[in-house]
Amino acid sequence: MKSWGPPLLLLILAVVLYFALPFNLAFLTRILIMVVLVLSLDLVLGYAGIATLGQAALYGAGAYAAGLFAIHVWADPVAGLFVGAGAGAMLAFVSGLVLMRTQGLTLIMLSIAVASICLEIANKARDVTGGADGLRGIRMEPVLGLFAFDFIGKTGFWYALAVVAVVFVVLALLSRAPLGLSLRGIHESPERMAAIGVSVYWRRITAYTIGGGIAGIAGALSAQITQLVSLESFSFTLSAEALIMLILGGTGRLYGAVLGTLIFMFVHHWAAANDPFNWLFVIGALVLAVVFFLPKGVISAPPAITRLLKGGRHAGS
Amino acid sequence: MTDGLTLTNVTSGYGPTHVLDRVNLNLRPGERLAVIGRNGAGKTTLLATIMGLAKLHEGTVTLNGAPIHGLSPHKRSSLGLGLVPQTRDIFKSLTVEENLLSAKRGSATLDEAYALFPRLKERRKNGGGQLSGGEQQMLAIARTLMTEPDVILLDEPLEGLAPVICEQLMQVFEDLCNDGRRSVVLVEQHATAALKFADRAVLMANGAIVHEGPATELLARPDLLNRHIGVALSA
Repeated sequence: MKSWGPPLLLLILAVVLYFALPFNLAFLTRILIMVVLVLSLDLVLGYAGIATLGQAALYGAGAYAAGLFAIHVWADPVAGLFVGAGAGAMLAFVSGLVLMRTQGLTLIMLSIAVASICLEIANKARDVTGGADGLRGIRMEPVLGLFAFDFIGKTGFWYALAVVAVVFVVLALLSRAPLGLSLRGIHESPERMAAIGVSVYWRRITAYTIGGGIAGIAGALSAQITQLVSLESFSFTLSAEALIMLILGGTGRLYGAVLGTLIFMFVHHWAAANDPFNWLFVIGALVLAVVFFLPKGVISAPPAITRLLKGGRHAGS
Repeated sequence: MTDGLTLTNVTSGYGPTHVLDRVNLNLRPGERLAVIGRNGAGKTTLLATIMGLAKLHEGTVTLNGAPIHGLSPHKRSSLGLGLVPQTRDIFKSLTVEENLLSAKRGSATLDEAYALFPRLKERRKNGGGQLSGGEQQMLAIARTLMTEPDVILLDEPLEGLAPVICEQLMQVFEDLCNDGRRSVVLVEQHATAALKFADRAVLMANGAIVHEGPATELLARPDLLNRHIGVALSA
């Protein structure tokens, strides 16, 4: 990692929020889970340039797999994370074999279709998934056999924060590894990457599968901490919100995913609490403002402000 | 088995359009071939056809006797073909070093690339979009060399560059060929520079090869260039 400063700052922010909002730990934990989901989307869309609106399918697969694993096999949280990751990755790999042959609008529509099919399967398989009532009865064992999940959500928060940190470090290392570099190359020019010997199709499948695994981890975290998996896990709304969070923060930079999620979730929380009927207006205005003034996301604000202070766009010339 | 790269009766183009018309060409291992022609003669399409980036309508392309015309570009690259495109296609979001690492294969090292182009080492942390035209060309060549090609296809590498940079690049091409392992196809509008470098040259016009012979012959008889493709040799 180039610098330990920013990640350390984010960790400190998480700890400050933990103490500043002790009665909102469930909300803070929800943010951390969404950070993992949006990070997975950043790998897929921001780095590899795979335009998808079906990330919820992979999240839902991880959530249901981890939930069912906890109920029927073993309620160990870490093992459940691996199961969730495996389910998300497997669904991404299988669907990716078809999806990665397409691009643009076709890819977006097909990714939505995959999520819709998963939602319908979960709805119909009532006996296994609980259908519209959701999957209930998940009781997790203590994390690492030491830290039991509590009613207030302290364990859930620290557990989710640890997972976010691990996922972030793994993705940061991956983005600088040859695989990550080739994904960025594919994003810029697939033809050029093919001409220098990279199989664009298989590289995109690899990225989609890893992204699916991480989305599956987010789903598994949600299932373990909330002890419930609902059909909403596969919903289009979840995919769309994750995409908005990523665009708000800035794509192709992991910090953008974290910042975007934080901003979206806090504004959403605040707006919905103040005006339960018109909160979407605030979200819409926020997205419009960011897209208009900071098309590369909030992460691009500091350099943009610096340029502004130096005298606008001609400062560098 | 025929060693080297061979095109037999190749007709190719983009979509339904035909650009190359029944082209026959052989490149022996270690050989330097110059391809000269005016704009629109089909030089870039020739390289694109070899690399699998253009649509082959008829004919065959073989490498060391094995047909490769059915293979995708990345497989041709892994068999030892390396293209340096006219557009350079530097990844702007990656640094110089990351551009090189994105193409790294086998035992290729950054040190080898930097030894060939010391300027790239100085700018290794700079973004691809922050380089001058000459530096971008150096990076495009070095990036292709990171794939360890046996056959290097250079598409107008001197285009738009200052004379001093052109001289540096031509020296690099000489160095690349010195060990006799690599073959080079140099597509170039600077006919004199290309002919001085090459062993053999082909002249192209309207998608076809209109003349083929030793480069020294064309250097000695500029009237041939003028007669076949209407190009005069510059100093």
